[in-house]
Amino acid sequence: MCLAIPARIVELEGDKAVVDAMGNRWKAKTTLLPQAKLGDLVLIHAGFAISLVDEEEAKETWRLIAEINEFQNTPNKISG
Amino acid sequence: MLDRIQKAQNLCGAACKQLGRQINIMEVCGTHTVSIFRNGIRSTLPKELKLLSGPGCPVCVTDQGYIDIVLQLADRDDCLIATYGDMIRVPGKNSSLERKQAKTNIKVILSSEDALQLAKDNPEKTVVFVAVGFETTAPATAVVVKEAAEQAVDNFCILSGHKLVVPAMRALLSAKNDKIDAFLCPGHVSVIIGYGAFAEIVEDFGRPCVVAGFEPLQIMEGLGEICRQLAAGKAELKSIYDAVVTEKGNTAAQEIIAECFEAADGYWRGLGKIEKSTLKLKDKYSRFDALTRFNMSETPSEEKTGCRCGEVLCGLIEPPECGLFGQNCTPQEPIGPCMVSSEGACAAWFKYGGISISG
Repeated sequence: MCLAIPARIVELEGDKAVVDAMGNRWKAKTTLLPQAKLGDLVLIHAGFAISLVDEEEAKETWRLIAEINEFQNTPNKISG
Repeated sequence: MLDRIQKAQNLCGAACKQLGRQINIMEVCGTHTVSIFRNGIRSTLPKELKLLSGPGCPVCVTDQGYIDIVLQLADRDDCLIATYGDMIRVPGKNSSLERKQAKTNIKVILSSEDALQLAKDNPEKTVVFVAVGFETTAPATAVVVKEAAEQAVDNFCILSGHKLVVPAMRALLSAKNDKIDAFLCPGHVSVIIGYGAFAEIVEDFGRPCVVAGFEPLQIMEGLGEICRQLAAGKAELKSIYDAVVTEKGNTAAQEIIAECFEAADGYWRGLGKIEKSTLKLKDKYSRFDALTRFNMSETPSEEKTGCRCGEVLCGLIEPPECGLFGQNCTPQEPIGPCMVSSEGACAAWFKYGGISISG
């Protein structure tokens, strides 16, 4: 829940944005990051951009999220 | 990169040797817990270095009394409950939102804006937004409360379960908990509050505080930096998560939190009452507070017999030491929230505990 996802702003009107990451597009707001511009990579948490982020950090985080998702979707096994 | 990991490991080893005793580092953030397990970090650390899972899972620390209020409101035909997904399995005294989902008035949402839109789309119902999370999530709630006021969306209200990380850390240390030597501080909370927020932990309690991101290299280097300090007998504030964390944090987010909320005493599961540790809507927004609107108050509930989530959250025991772990309490049939949430220490241990053998 505390994890924020990097995404690129692909549409922006006022503080209403559409962001793109990991094969998805979704609505987000830039109310908390007024300096954000179209094309910027930002961290999105619960539908809001909270920070700018650079390309390298974004890629690394996407990789990590994919791993964590895969990790958490592995079937439960009784610990030995 | 391997040499950086090696360097971090060497620092950890050197600290253990220097201090000649067990070192306990609390990782506050639930996502750190999962990342540490996923990357098998525990097994690469010296056996004298213990990582304790702290109260950094907002779902886990939500008191049962809060859940019971949500469940009571869910029973009302005039209410729609809007909640983030990870709350729906948390057990109250008798039930959970998931079990009530046969009723159609519970909606899982991804953003606070979705909750506000739900209210606009359903003017004949009152939408109750289950607003849970730390400082990372609180600004999102504040924005929609402000919007609801500006746009006169009067059928919208929130049940604030927002919690503050630093007061919880203080409470853990003030309880004369000598186990914690240092903190690995949460990454995305720090984006909002700034790493400077942890300065008071360093100054008042003399514990190193290092903010790190979630990648394994970040975690290892964060632990390495903590150990470097411990070996030198120092306690310093540091952030190695330069990509997104600054000393001051996101001031726009802090301002909107301050406009809508004030710090209040609140109940944390497992930790009891902590002063000024939760966020309550200010008087000017009190009509958007579900407790005010429905004339209810939150009372803490007794823990289920045998559930030791509280001790797990404080880092006093590890999940397998709880008698219910893996027996009566499993991810399929959770008793305490530490097993319910995907970021809970117990859920993580259950899935991967077999791998966490040290050495």
